[in-house]
Amino acid sequence: MADQLTGQPVAHPPPTPLLEMRSVTKTFPGVAALDRVDFTLRAGEIHALMGENGAGKSTLIKVLTGIHARDGGDILLAGKPVEPHSTIQAQKLGISTVYQEINLIPELSVAENVFLGRQPMKLGAIRWRSIRRGAEAALARLDLSIDVTRPLISYSMAIQQMVAIARALDVSARILILDEPTSSLDENEVTQLFRVMRRLKDGGLGIVFITHFIDQVYDVADRITVLRNGRLVGAYETAELPRIELIAKMIGRSVSDESAAEAHRETEADSTAKQPFVQVRGLGRRGAIAPFDLDIFPGEVVGMAGLLGSGRTEAARLIFGLDRADAGTMRIGGEPAKRTSVRRAIARGFGFLPEDRGRQGLVPDLSLRENIILALQAKRGWLRTLSRARQTEIAERFIKTLNIDTTDTDKPIRLLSGGNQQKAILARWLATEPALLILDEPTRGIDVGAKAEIQRLIARLRRDGMAILFISSELEEVVQSSGRVMVLRDRVKVAELCGEDVNEGRIMHTIAEAHVA
Amino acid sequence: MIARLMRQYGTLAATAVVCALLYVIAGVRYEYFFSWRVFFAFFSDNAFLGIAAVGMTFVILSGGIDLSVGAMIGCASIIIATLVEVAGWHPAMAVLCVLVLGTLFGASMGGLIHRFALPPFIVTLAGMFLARGVGFVVHQESISIEHQFYPAILDLPAGLARAAHLSDDAAQLVGLFVQPTAVVFLLVLAVGIYLAHMTRFGRNTYAVGGSEDSALLMGLPVGRTKVQVYALSGFCSALAGAVYTLYTFSGNPTAGTMLELDAIAAVVIGGTLLTGGVGYVAGTLLGVLIFGIIQTAINFDGSLSSWWTRIAIGFLLLIFILLQRLLQRTLGNAST
Repeated sequence: MADQLTGQPVAHPPPTPLLEMRSVTKTFPGVAALDRVDFTLRAGEIHALMGENGAGKSTLIKVLTGIHARDGGDILLAGKPVEPHSTIQAQKLGISTVYQEINLIPELSVAENVFLGRQPMKLGAIRWRSIRRGAEAALARLDLSIDVTRPLISYSMAIQQMVAIARALDVSARILILDEPTSSLDENEVTQLFRVMRRLKDGGLGIVFITHFIDQVYDVADRITVLRNGRLVGAYETAELPRIELIAKMIGRSVSDESAAEAHRETEADSTAKQPFVQVRGLGRRGAIAPFDLDIFPGEVVGMAGLLGSGRTEAARLIFGLDRADAGTMRIGGEPAKRTSVRRAIARGFGFLPEDRGRQGLVPDLSLRENIILALQAKRGWLRTLSRARQTEIAERFIKTLNIDTTDTDKPIRLLSGGNQQKAILARWLATEPALLILDEPTRGIDVGAKAEIQRLIARLRRDGMAILFISSELEEVVQSSGRVMVLRDRVKVAELCGEDVNEGRIMHTIAEAHVA
Repeated sequence: MIARLMRQYGTLAATAVVCALLYVIAGVRYEYFFSWRVFFAFFSDNAFLGIAAVGMTFVILSGGIDLSVGAMIGCASIIIATLVEVAGWHPAMAVLCVLVLGTLFGASMGGLIHRFALPPFIVTLAGMFLARGVGFVVHQESISIEHQFYPAILDLPAGLARAAHLSDDAAQLVGLFVQPTAVVFLLVLAVGIYLAHMTRFGRNTYAVGGSEDSALLMGLPVGRTKVQVYALSGFCSALAGAVYTLYTFSGNPTAGTMLELDAIAAVVIGGTLLTGGVGYVAGTLLGVLIFGIIQTAINFDGSLSSWWTRIAIGFLLLIFILLQRLLQRTLGNAST
């Protein structure tokens, strides 16, 4: 892999790069999704595009493939400026994309999927025989020999992916964008895909590889471009960028950062003596999260750290009962909890603040008051309706304690700012007086002031004896709030850090450690 | 091999078996059912249903639905009759005019469905009211067509046979069996099969019905295909209206009432998935034949009300939908 020695000048200065995106800017109402991002792709390289949620990876790809129009900057293809306005135009320029959810027609045959829309014709009739031969040839280039007359859906995801790649290459073959191609593949299938990618690279193709699996990047990518919050962090030779540096760049911290946790250490020692409120043993779900153990004690904040896609949310969903575990057991307050469901979880005193509050949390047109009392009402059952006066009283209490900025309790919640919406959903769960509160990215997309307030609130709830599971991409937050931290990598729990080990450097090192093969 | 054929032509094979079974059972039970005359009548008596069902097959394959076909048949038939009998047009011109109108009508429904992302159910429901209403505005009651052209067309097969120097008896037989309505139906069917399997338009129709988002990302002309599909259905139902006038020698604003539902039933029984993307035009022929066999058998029986046809079709429809769901499940399982 390391054909260039670290520190030496680049061995072969590229002539004109295959693709050059210069200072590309894209603004959505209120957000700069891309802020003067540069991206260069050489012919014959696999280039990983990395970044956490909201880094701008998909926006960059969408600008390149003509789905979004850019607001500024230039795109040069082999030195010539281009303006793709649609996927079809991008394809004609030689830029093809294979998405994670395969965009082919499942019921049609493999052969037809390769040639749809560009079938060879003779005397006004499709030449099925040459379609079959052509598809066989296109797949043979990827080392795949299958019955191309069978419907696509009768093959595994990996083969469907190969068919999508075969089509993309057959349509036009200069730049291939693979958007999270490995997320639904098993290990053998990934190896097979990588073999194909290397072969295509040797044939002079430029491949953009988007993934959040660090190991895979080091397996196959020649260079890495890291984006963060819509800005370019940098482009690096893979061989010259240690994993720990990559992770630090993705999450925007420096490795030397050792800001230790404060404030909460005093309760940590005695919490281990008590009985855990939640005791998870070997809980797992195939394709989501490998079996893991976890204890959460009352009066304790347990952090969950890991990169995007490492299985944080999946683990939280299993504990809350949103997804059914296919392995493992859970004890709640010492009692075995069989067959979890959300209703039971709420009855047992669980609360869950979802990652995507817009889609999974808010009822945008209901008032602030109605949004706040929703979970409490659901817990009581609809027969025991809360009186209007009581609803208003509860809502007003939380508006005061959480410092929600609103003119009155009956304002539709969609008119509130992001931070205030988040506090309202937090209030919804607090109203049910939960024993365990799961917070999945509670501070995403809210301003600094509101962030600090939510962190203060978490500390207060912990002191009041609540058990809290705290998930955040921002290590600083995790470290500041949590007494113990569960570290996840590639959907496996890799460590549980406590005490002195709870610091950013240690967490980053844990995430970066390569798999022991 | 057999497993693969079953997978690929599963529902089609099931339909063929049911069709054959019904034919044999009816043939054993009722005297003269196995005659050629009855056999040919399946095609001529159901020609306008069949023609409309071919257009409907494309619409359903594309993932849509067209509720306007029955009303279009009534509307087309009365416009033809009025143009010929009241305005004094030549029937050929009248038919041509109606075919153009029907195609434009279908195309504009397709355009609305595509342009404004409207549900096909509602747009074609509106089209149904519109076409039925226009039919009645054109003329309140049925008009019989007295023009010489119509009997001339009916005599055409026999005439051609005579021209081919067949004996008088043979020519008479040809005239008896070869009904022009059936010929038009079989022609439409052949063109339909060709369009579905041998042209890009046909394959795009399958793709749009299979997954519209994927079709878009694959760079297929989704909008154009949708407009074409409804235009084709409009053409077919207008042609079915013309065949209706040839079959009855009249135009009638009430013609084809609820026929769109028969057409949908025939298409679904023929093995086309209502969700789109899977099916065969040939299957629709089988669906129409099953319709015809049940109807004829009930006529032969004499003791049963003709409404029993509906009951039988209702049951068959349910059974076929269930069968399709089961097949789909096994297909879906095979992929995981």
